[in-house]
Amino acid sequence: MPRKNRSVTEILFDWVNYLLLGLIACLMLLPFMYVIAGSFASEAELTERAFFIIPRSFSLDGYKYILSSNSIFHSIFVSVGVTFVGSLVNLLFTVTMAYPLARRDLLGRNTVLNLVVFSMLFSGGLIPTYLVVKALGLLDSYGALILPGAISAFNLIIVKNFFQELPAGLEEAAKIDGCTEIGILWKIVLPLSKPVLATFGLFYAVGHWNNFFSALLYLNESSMWPLQVILRQIVMLSQGVGSASQLDTTVQLPEQTIKMAVIVVGTLPIMMVYPFLQKHFAKGVLIGSVKG
Amino acid sequence: MPRRNSIHKLGGEGVNEIATDPGRTTGLLKARISKSTTMKRLKRDKWLYVLLMPGILYFLIFKYVPMWGAALAFKNYQPFTGFWASEWVGFEHFRNFFQNPDFFKLLRNTLLLSLYSLAIAFPAPIIIALMLNEVRASLYKRTIQTLIYIPHFISMVIVVSLTYVLFTTQGGIINELIFQWTGQKIDFLADPHWFRPMIILQNLWKDCGFGTIIFLAAISGVDLEQYEAAHMDGASRWRQIWHITLPSIRSTIIVLLILRTGDLLDNGFEHIYLMSNALNRDVADVFDTYVYTMGITMGAFSYSTAVGLFKSVIGIFLIVSSNYLAKKFGQSGIY
Repeated sequence: MPRKNRSVTEILFDWVNYLLLGLIACLMLLPFMYVIAGSFASEAELTERAFFIIPRSFSLDGYKYILSSNSIFHSIFVSVGVTFVGSLVNLLFTVTMAYPLARRDLLGRNTVLNLVVFSMLFSGGLIPTYLVVKALGLLDSYGALILPGAISAFNLIIVKNFFQELPAGLEEAAKIDGCTEIGILWKIVLPLSKPVLATFGLFYAVGHWNNFFSALLYLNESSMWPLQVILRQIVMLSQGVGSASQLDTTVQLPEQTIKMAVIVVGTLPIMMVYPFLQKHFAKGVLIGSVKG
Repeated sequence: MPRRNSIHKLGGEGVNEIATDPGRTTGLLKARISKSTTMKRLKRDKWLYVLLMPGILYFLIFKYVPMWGAALAFKNYQPFTGFWASEWVGFEHFRNFFQNPDFFKLLRNTLLLSLYSLAIAFPAPIIIALMLNEVRASLYKRTIQTLIYIPHFISMVIVVSLTYVLFTTQGGIINELIFQWTGQKIDFLADPHWFRPMIILQNLWKDCGFGTIIFLAAISGVDLEQYEAAHMDGASRWRQIWHITLPSIRSTIIVLLILRTGDLLDNGFEHIYLMSNALNRDVADVFDTYVYTMGITMGAFSYSTAVGLFKSVIGIFLIVSSNYLAKKFGQSGIY
């Protein structure tokens, strides 16, 4: 639209709109910036100054505490391990199932697809799932954090749609050259799907890193807890208003800087992968919404 | 020739000879062909079925066995007797649940939270998407988008932790600021009156940005000439939003609304569980947390399965009926 035609109300409209959006974005960001700043500040500065983005004092007490605390340090290792192994399992299960389902002439394909879609609509519920995990002997094992969510039906369908879009000629040619189905998947389809694999690997990884519920449900042994559960212990249960259940009495009342440092550690990996995620998720969400 | 090709593709080499002479394919032969075709196809694709196996097993074990296990709701399950030996009790658990004085408290808390979030957290992404669509400086638009999507990827534990650190009466920054202005502190975390506003606020913060993606995608399909024509005719920006942009995302809004009504009894267990404490139980207890407390903490497996099943069935009923209503009013619905 030509600029000279703009009336005063139009210009005002734009200014207010830009300002409001900027404000919304700031509200999204400020809590993080304050907590990051606070995690590097001394406890004294936190109580004295109201709000700050750049700390005057510089202290690593919060992070030193994390390094010295066995339970926190160990939980970080657990989270990293579960995230890594879990995402690999997710990708393996998702890809091996999506590939055959991408073949339109596969006998029984529709039955399996209906099975998958129905599981998105109706679930047996929390307790029956818990009892299945228990019956499999997975309680108090890391398998309970990985296997019950090995495939996300939603992701599976998107990956299947992607495989379907690949040119069929390549596979035909490989078959004529004597390649088996598994060979085709490994040597031709997967190399072509690297961006998709990276995207869904990241999505699954974020899910594992953020997972709190499975650990709460399936892990009674506190020495096995991942970071999210320990984080809750430190930040919420030490507030005095926290729920009485599962209170770990060995953790003494931590200071604000320590809480902030733990929050930063819990958020950092997400922030690190966010630029890569962001590049792909808009596309992923779109594919899903159009063809889901 | 094309027909022969297609049969060849389906059946492999064996049927090829017969297919070359269509006149000979009588009914009996057809049946035989289709049977042998089935076997051929199964044999040809055997590696594909091998690949399919782990996935199918996963869905059967972790999705379908629990569905069938929901039959526990009609049994009196004891861990030591096991699933099969436990006696059938019909609708006893459902009766107990509906007659429990807690039922109305749970229903009220669940529905109030859902309705508030429907009224506030549902329209928010639509409004922000409309605002973003009006931004012409594309760098500014992209920066804002990048920033407001971030909270979606942060875990609920971190979201609630941030809330605790910022809102606590013991040195939290929000309360320090309120104290400086008014000389009083507000216990956002324990005061039952503040429970629902805090939940909605957190929901808004976490997802109002990410929720815009789907609406922005719908808006991007609008032909820009429509705006130009409207501008020529002297339509203001408001009128353009109202008559061009909003109608273009109407079907998206309706689809999301239908899906949302299916979740009316779902408040997100993690979120509520993390925000509830001894002081706000009266407003914080919802169906999701009740299933967990009764089932996992207290060990009343059958009873809490019944509560969960009640929730699922109502959810499906809501989605089907809102879809029906949407279609009745001339919208496309989700299926």
